[in-house]
Amino acid sequence: MSMTEEMQVDTSKMKVSDEVAIRIEGMNKWYGQFHVLRDIDLTVYRGERIVICGPSGSGKSTLIRCINALEEHQKGKIEVDGTVLSSDLKQIDKIRSEVGMCFQHFNLFPHLTILENCTLAPIWVRKTPKRDAEKTAMHFLEKVKIPDQAHKYPGQLSGGQQQRVAIARSLCMRPRIMLFDEPTSALDPEMIKEVLDTMIELAEEGMTMLCVTHEMGFARQVANRVIFMDQGQIVEQNEPEEFFKNPKSERTKLFLSQILGH
Amino acid sequence: MSDTHAESVAYVRETFVGEQPPPAQETGALIWLRKNLFSNWFYSILTLLALYVIYVLLSGFLPWLLGGVWDASSIRECREIAGEGAAGGCFAVLSERWNQLLFGFSYPSEAYWRPTLALVLLAVAAAPVLFPKVPRALLIVTLIYPFAAYYLIWGGTILISVMALLGVIVGYIVYSRLVDRGFALGFFAGVAAAIIVWQIGGFIAAAAPNVLALTEIPSRDMGGFMLNLILGVVCVSLSLPIGIVLALGRQSSLPIIKWICVVFIEFIRGVPLITLLFVANVVLAYFLPPGTNFDLILRVIIMITMFASAYIAEVIRGGLAALPRGQYEGAESLGLDYAQSMRLIILPQALKISIPGIVNVAVGLFKDTTLVSIISMFDLVGMIRGPILASQDWNGVYWELYGFAAFLFFIVCYGISQYSQWLERQLATDHR
Repeated sequence: MSMTEEMQVDTSKMKVSDEVAIRIEGMNKWYGQFHVLRDIDLTVYRGERIVICGPSGSGKSTLIRCINALEEHQKGKIEVDGTVLSSDLKQIDKIRSEVGMCFQHFNLFPHLTILENCTLAPIWVRKTPKRDAEKTAMHFLEKVKIPDQAHKYPGQLSGGQQQRVAIARSLCMRPRIMLFDEPTSALDPEMIKEVLDTMIELAEEGMTMLCVTHEMGFARQVANRVIFMDQGQIVEQNEPEEFFKNPKSERTKLFLSQILGH
Repeated sequence: MSDTHAESVAYVRETFVGEQPPPAQETGALIWLRKNLFSNWFYSILTLLALYVIYVLLSGFLPWLLGGVWDASSIRECREIAGEGAAGGCFAVLSERWNQLLFGFSYPSEAYWRPTLALVLLAVAAAPVLFPKVPRALLIVTLIYPFAAYYLIWGGTILISVMALLGVIVGYIVYSRLVDRGFALGFFAGVAAAIIVWQIGGFIAAAAPNVLALTEIPSRDMGGFMLNLILGVVCVSLSLPIGIVLALGRQSSLPIIKWICVVFIEFIRGVPLITLLFVANVVLAYFLPPGTNFDLILRVIIMITMFASAYIAEVIRGGLAALPRGQYEGAESLGLDYAQSMRLIILPQALKISIPGIVNVAVGLFKDTTLVSIISMFDLVGMIRGPILASQDWNGVYWELYGFAAFLFFIVCYGISQYSQWLERQLATDHR
């Protein structure tokens, strides 16, 4: 989109290793009778930046929500950081504390200040002393460029600022993988860039990222792999260059012509 | 498009308008009067009519209140003092029966200081719970208070209260040691430990009944407004935590827990409180093994608490339902477990939303404590209906007595209401 030209991405540290971060094999999910995800096979290596796109209802959000067990899958196997997702609650909590997630509607806790939002999980889940947790939180709030808002409440911040706080909150847990579920879809156009910039910075540091988004400029510049989903299945995946220039499937061509056509 | 038109369509602002103060408001008493009370002839008539009604009411009420007789020993003496056709009320009944109204007719008068002290301590114990700015160290008073209040009001050896407190402390220590290995294990082991301590403590207290003993006063001697306050305070403070547990249980994904909570709530809500009180008074005795003497106040407390907690559970369920799904997901995605996400994220917000509803139940509950007068307990209303109005001396002094009861209840309920509104303002952080 229009922001494509402005992005300056430093790719020096973006390296994909052979180490597997997430392995999904033959995963299926149903909502009642409705078959949302069908035979998903996906291997994510450490350091990869994957953008998942597709029409609404294609199951892309559901897919990444299965990775940290916000949604339960009924068939197949999901392995995150070497741990297989099962119904064991302790195991799930452990995986969640190592996989950061940002939501479309931020999901900050409105009754806590920005700083408390960021220190809550380190203090209660990681048992970090309060002082250390606050230091870490301030470090990441500086990184997303809003340290001066630390003592305000989420309701006093703009949408873009709130999403950056949400990213900082996830980073405070020192995650090895970050999931983004349409992080810019609820934002005003003027605020999308500040959030994307934060995400680019994260990618430049070598974070493993899975990102559901319609920001094709971001996909072109940052992703090393773009996945197109439709009807609960992975229809096509490729390097961004090839994906946008020579889409193979008819469905992908139609989708791209519709979102890039205007 | 012609050139003349283009000139009026294209526009670029060159200077920006700075911030300016709003225009001055019209103020002043006369302007206010004209705007609000006499804005047209119809409103003017209504205003005058309302003023006349207020005048009529006050001209009856004020002489009754201000010209009342405060010192007399019976209603006949009252009438003599006031003279024929006087409008003043006979408030002497309040001063003469003051202690009976507050403490009931059989609570020993030399022990009146004990419940009074308990009430003063209640203010200290409640402060850290009600006001966040009060130092947290006072919470220790809150912990000890229920046991101290029991000792003060009911008397007996201090060992009973000490052992009860000890049981709670031991139970908590056992729980906190074992809770890491599973909540259920910690919970049941804690309860078991507390029960063991209570049993042993019961023997010790029975063996040494005179250690620092105050005169023992049985429950049937409790009465007056004191009884309303005991029931109100105990039942409100018990039914809030029980209501929270029921509300969470009703949302549980474990079917057994869910159905137990649903059945409890629906059953209790579907039965009138007065029925439950009759059950407490009469029927419960049939089901208990013979020889068990189950204190009447305790039975009533259990029934009112069950009743109120079912209502509070439904109020809190409303608060839980009002929270967006994203709050649960936000908490889960950070790796918080169920107890942590409930305690730190979900409940603080759900309870804040539920404050008006909870206060509604609390105020209703406090007023419903007067229903115990129907099962022949002599609370404030029971005292008025029974011993006072039935006596030769004060037969017929309805307005003064019931007015006084209404006044006492109003003060407490209005206080609760004002507190809750203050609390809502304190907790407003969402800046909508």
